[in-house]
Amino acid sequence: MGMKGNGSNHECSRERVKGEEEAAAELLLCREPIRIMSKGEVDYVHARGGFSFDSCRRNEMLLNKGLKPSSFLKTGTTIVGLIFQDGVILGADTRATEGPIVADKNCEKIHYMAPNIYCCGAGTAADTEAVTDTISSHLKLHRYHTARESRVVTALTLLKSHLFRYQGHVSAALVLGGVDVTGPHLHTIYPHGSTDSLPFATMGSGSLAAMAVFESKYHEGLSRDEGVKLVCEAICSGIFNDLGSGSNVDICVITKGQKEYLRNHLLPNPRTYISSKGYSFSKKT
Amino acid sequence: MTKQQANWSPYDNNGGTCVAIAGADYCVIAADTRMSTGYSILTRDYSKICKLADKCVMASSGFQADVKALQKVLSARHLIYQHQHNKQMSCPAMGQLLSNTLYYKRFFPYYSFNVLGGLDNEGKGCVYTYDAVGSYERVGYSSQGSGATLITPFLDNQLKSPSPLLLPAKDAVTPLSETEAIDLVKTCFASATERDIYTGDKLEIVVLNADGICREYMELRKD
Repeated sequence: MGMKGNGSNHECSRERVKGEEEAAAELLLCREPIRIMSKGEVDYVHARGGFSFDSCRRNEMLLNKGLKPSSFLKTGTTIVGLIFQDGVILGADTRATEGPIVADKNCEKIHYMAPNIYCCGAGTAADTEAVTDTISSHLKLHRYHTARESRVVTALTLLKSHLFRYQGHVSAALVLGGVDVTGPHLHTIYPHGSTDSLPFATMGSGSLAAMAVFESKYHEGLSRDEGVKLVCEAICSGIFNDLGSGSNVDICVITKGQKEYLRNHLLPNPRTYISSKGYSFSKKT
Repeated sequence: MTKQQANWSPYDNNGGTCVAIAGADYCVIAADTRMSTGYSILTRDYSKICKLADKCVMASSGFQADVKALQKVLSARHLIYQHQHNKQMSCPAMGQLLSNTLYYKRFFPYYSFNVLGGLDNEGKGCVYTYDAVGSYERVGYSSQGSGATLITPFLDNQLKSPSPLLLPAKDAVTPLSETEAIDLVKTCFASATERDIYTGDKLEIVVLNADGICREYMELRKD
């Protein structure tokens, strides 16, 4: 813990009044339910592992009665990452689909995890948002606890344990990339919790189209501009050849000590026709 | 014992959208040119519009293999009609023929969603809309296919044409001019392309009027 003043020993620190953030950090790291006093109230917080099977019987009963499970908003995506000579470049398209309909023409699929770590997410949009937000908060608490910059492997372990605990029901397929003290890292994380560590990676429904581009043109020691150009090509390949991906290209370049989030770096799909005379809609129709 | 489900289907959906609008003395039929399967594109340049007779054009979306077979059957039947009656089939006659052909395969249907457009015997625009097994109706405008749910409400709002089966019988055609109707169709497709993944690439517009048939193309989003 970052301690003010002189280097107090461990025993001393326990007597100091704990800030709320630090209390929460300790909480997450321990296994027993804990009573914490905050603002005069008593809260019980459980931090156990393992899948909670509480709703399973009810869900099965509902399915037998004929309930159709609600459709998820899947991002039907193309996400990619590659390692170049100074760091990592992540890329993603911006289309979110709900079956055959485009729900969002310009959504953000590159999520912030830490100042030096970003994560692209494919699969169910709610799942990717929730899991990246949760682990991002966890990483921040960990940074406070350890007084160090977050490492990519930390984020990796947190994400994979979370996804494994949910046995694939959290449908999030991620491309995690960042630069930390040990160097640039790029990993893929599958919904069931397995991971790969790769020099270049693609995920989502457009992953085959993007991987075809990477496999042909990737080589080690790419410069920043070459890397950005290659990532754009791979995402465009997904955008034009995969129906689940589309609209614009987002890029994130992470190097040692610096990151550039290029939102809508490329807009290759403008609207093709806008009527010059326009249309009016009569009231109450 | 739960009923055994088939693990193979004879049908596939190749996507796409068709629209037809009837005017006082013209008819506009339009369809996109994308053919897809699942999440992949098979081709960006496939025509869903087929000329069946001089004054009768059909646009179909759905399973293109069945559409092709249906077009062949109709062309053959039209040829026979021409030999027997020494004239081309009128649009209403072709409308009835299409309905009968579809119902003939009531228990193994053509997976084909059609709109028939043309000029009737008086030279007015006519549009017939069908379901997969042959139920049809003459209307002032119609849309079928994956983007139909996005286009039909907009056309309802702009054209407000009632079904001619309502009393008193009203003229089903729109008062818009030809250029206005083409503009409307282009707007419909540009908008449908934004939100439907199966619609896009290129738009083919066929216009039938007293002078004959003319065809034009417009680019759509390719993503």
